[in-house]
Amino acid sequence: MSLTSDEVRRIAHLARLAVDDREAEGFAAALSDIFDFVEALNNADIEGVAPMAHPLDAEQRLRPDRVTESDQRERFQDIAPAVEGGVYLVPRVIE
Amino acid sequence: MTLDTLSGWARRLQAGEISSRELTELYLDRIDRLDPGINSFVTVTREQALAAADAADQRLAQGERAPLLGLPVAQKDIFCTHGVRTSCGSRMLDSFVAPYDATVVERMNAAGAVMLGKTNMDEFAMGSSNETSYYGPVRNPWDPERVPGGSSGGSAAAVAARLVPAATGTDTGGSIRQPAAFCGVTGLKPTYGRVSRYGMIAFASSLDQGGPMAASAEDCALMLNAMAGFDPRDSTSLERPDEDFTAGLDRDLKGLRIGLPREYFGDGLHADVRRAVQDALAVLRERGAEPVEISLPNSNLSVPAYYVVAPAECSSNLARYDGVRFGHRCNDPRDLMDLYTRSRAEGFGAEVKRRIMIGTYVLSAGYYDAYYLKAQKVRQLIAEDFRRAFERVDVIAGPTTPELPFRLGEKSADPISMYLSDVYTIAANLAGLPGLSMPAGTIGSLPVGLQLIGNYFEEGRLLNVAHQFQQETGWHQRMPATFA
Repeated sequence: MSLTSDEVRRIAHLARLAVDDREAEGFAAALSDIFDFVEALNNADIEGVAPMAHPLDAEQRLRPDRVTESDQRERFQDIAPAVEGGVYLVPRVIE
Repeated sequence: MTLDTLSGWARRLQAGEISSRELTELYLDRIDRLDPGINSFVTVTREQALAAADAADQRLAQGERAPLLGLPVAQKDIFCTHGVRTSCGSRMLDSFVAPYDATVVERMNAAGAVMLGKTNMDEFAMGSSNETSYYGPVRNPWDPERVPGGSSGGSAAAVAARLVPAATGTDTGGSIRQPAAFCGVTGLKPTYGRVSRYGMIAFASSLDQGGPMAASAEDCALMLNAMAGFDPRDSTSLERPDEDFTAGLDRDLKGLRIGLPREYFGDGLHADVRRAVQDALAVLRERGAEPVEISLPNSNLSVPAYYVVAPAECSSNLARYDGVRFGHRCNDPRDLMDLYTRSRAEGFGAEVKRRIMIGTYVLSAGYYDAYYLKAQKVRQLIAEDFRRAFERVDVIAGPTTPELPFRLGEKSADPISMYLSDVYTIAANLAGLPGLSMPAGTIGSLPVGLQLIGNYFEEGRLLNVAHQFQQETGWHQRMPATFA
């Protein structure tokens, strides 16, 4: 399998990663090699095999629907890059 | 003062032969003196460590006996530590100070451990050589031109150089066992769900598992006692009663059936490593174990399956780093999209980006069945191989790695050759099984690791086999001469 730089840019957009042209070429080569490598999975006989959801077939545990967390806004916003008046700041979204 | 093991120090602390403060200062001084040569610590927490040591000394003086009371340890920098930077080896988290402790950290603190600092690691635990760290590579104490393995390379190197008696690691595809093998220490990846993942920064959530790294199996058992246990805050934590992993160490090995998978002794295995592993197996045989040849026929599919499942889960987990709530944020973003894409491009290194890209692709519309679903089915085949094997044998043994520690830079340009460094360790993660690596011999000055894989919940058995081996051999006691 051989990815083009355009495909790489599409994936990078989905992944929200900025890539320049040089990086896109590098990713195209590296990712193509890796996808060739994982092609080996096509040789597996998986007819009728159930996909693994959990190695011990454990079921999702549910917790009681109770309030257990207190408001810790200040503590969590202490580590945010940009906050003001208790809200996270981002560039203008609506003109 | 001669250096002792974690268990040895525990006895000496309790006998009053040394104080926790003296012990803590001894290791902090070793870190100051010797770590510049290997770069195994990202952060050293001297002040907090000395305060914790003094508190431990008071508790000891009052006759208290907690399992790790007063013992110096290090935390891999993937475990969140309240008030201490948790970088995960990434520029993205270079200034991230966690607002809470990981469960593992909380449990070890409650057991009285004294944290000396946070150890270096591959960025977001993605790597097998510790070269992807934002803080620079860790060097192997046995040969500074060689890698310590990864991703828990800082913990492995620090324990090997005796800069700390024990440290935590995490293992998604071999990240405890492979560096343990490369650095000549003992490391254990427990059964998936044994050790809480709460506050352990996520890479691939269905594979990630924390575990101990130390100089001996006995020390790993002591560590695991503190680390393991049910945690309601981790949705995949196993609800099982607590176990004392030191309890079965002295059991003899008579009649123990050891499975030797023929796929782990094939063409890819370096001849010297093969010889060292076979010599180690002979020691187990002399102690009464019976070798049984087995087959794990889908072994060749484990690395390919892993490089679909792990990147897929990584791309989802790392979507949280958006430059908004915490972590790196780019300067002067033009708009929201620019904020996301540039913060992430600046914050992540090349290998992390590569895996995010693979994962994004395999999970993108139209590709799910061809990649992720297929890989999850192959995973079932791999688990089936082990299920069949454990009907005939008690433990499985083989090499931890196909070759000796490689040179810095040797595999950097070829991701796939780097990935194949984990060819024998990845299957245990895919199947959720416990695995251990211990020093089994040396080639020149370089250590060779023997891997043991056990059935679910059989950590105690793996530690028992390793401990019996370590009663007979001295490989685990060797330390690099330059660090004496």
